[in-house]
Amino acid sequence: MKKIQKYIFPIVFLILIGLSYLFDFAAGEKIGINFWMFFKEMILFLPLMFILIGLFDVWVPRERIQKHIGQESGWKGTGLVILLATLQAGPLYGAFPFAYILWKKGCSIRNVFIYLGAFSTIKIPMLTFEIGFLGLKFSLLRTLITLPIFILIGYLMEWYLKDKDFEVKQP
Amino acid sequence: MTMFLKLLPVLIIMLVLVSVALFLIPNETLIKYIGEGSGIKGWVTAALIGSIALIPGFIAYPLCGILIDNGVAYSVIAVFITTLMMTGFLTLPVEVKFFGWKVSVIRNLASLVAALFIGLIMGFFL
Repeated sequence: MKKIQKYIFPIVFLILIGLSYLFDFAAGEKIGINFWMFFKEMILFLPLMFILIGLFDVWVPRERIQKHIGQESGWKGTGLVILLATLQAGPLYGAFPFAYILWKKGCSIRNVFIYLGAFSTIKIPMLTFEIGFLGLKFSLLRTLITLPIFILIGYLMEWYLKDKDFEVKQP
Repeated sequence: MTMFLKLLPVLIIMLVLVSVALFLIPNETLIKYIGEGSGIKGWVTAALIGSIALIPGFIAYPLCGILIDNGVAYSVIAVFITTLMMTGFLTLPVEVKFFGWKVSVIRNLASLVAALFIGLIMGFFL
């Protein structure tokens, strides 16, 4: 029963969208198209992301993560985590589960947040897209300015959270 | 995989909210509020609207291309795009599942400030 309860809102939404199509209600149809676009993206990326997380969990030993992007990893660790993030694709909410697995394996707080920052703003597959729509100059400038700012956010988060027993939870 | 199934209801609710938000804010309205000569108000609006949802790049970039063609300043676009990708109040329910309320809110607010800052610096160059 509880399981169904969780889905009540989406089910009502789908019924409303269905009715909109039946009665040619334009607003509902538009929202339906938006939803379908986002849903497709989620269904395309998330399962892949979770497979990646599963493999990562099994194949990459904790010691290696700890050594390379853990507490003592310094600038090399930051570089590594940014590289890891920029090579991935998908929406930011797909990065949260990956951030969880990184943290579980011993990635430092700083690098978890740098990972999220880099993942959302400077993914390399997306950069080609950005250049296409907004031009090379804009894209390069934005990347160069954004990079140090999100590294700074990582440091600030670590400084703020380091003695507050912070943890990334498994949902 | 169980993690995925546990997240699914929250994710779907989030997608519903994002779809409705995107419908409520059509391009013409956006251009009116953040277009040429909108000044500080344009910045604030761009940051606020950008913060509502996390929109992935392949939707955000074409949208920003349209906005640029309609005379929106590059610095405002930088704010808009950074908040679109970094901060999402509608996606908070998902983020909270991993990071808890406090950290999620702090991360979003920090990103918001960062976005304004990025826009400011971009304004100097472009």
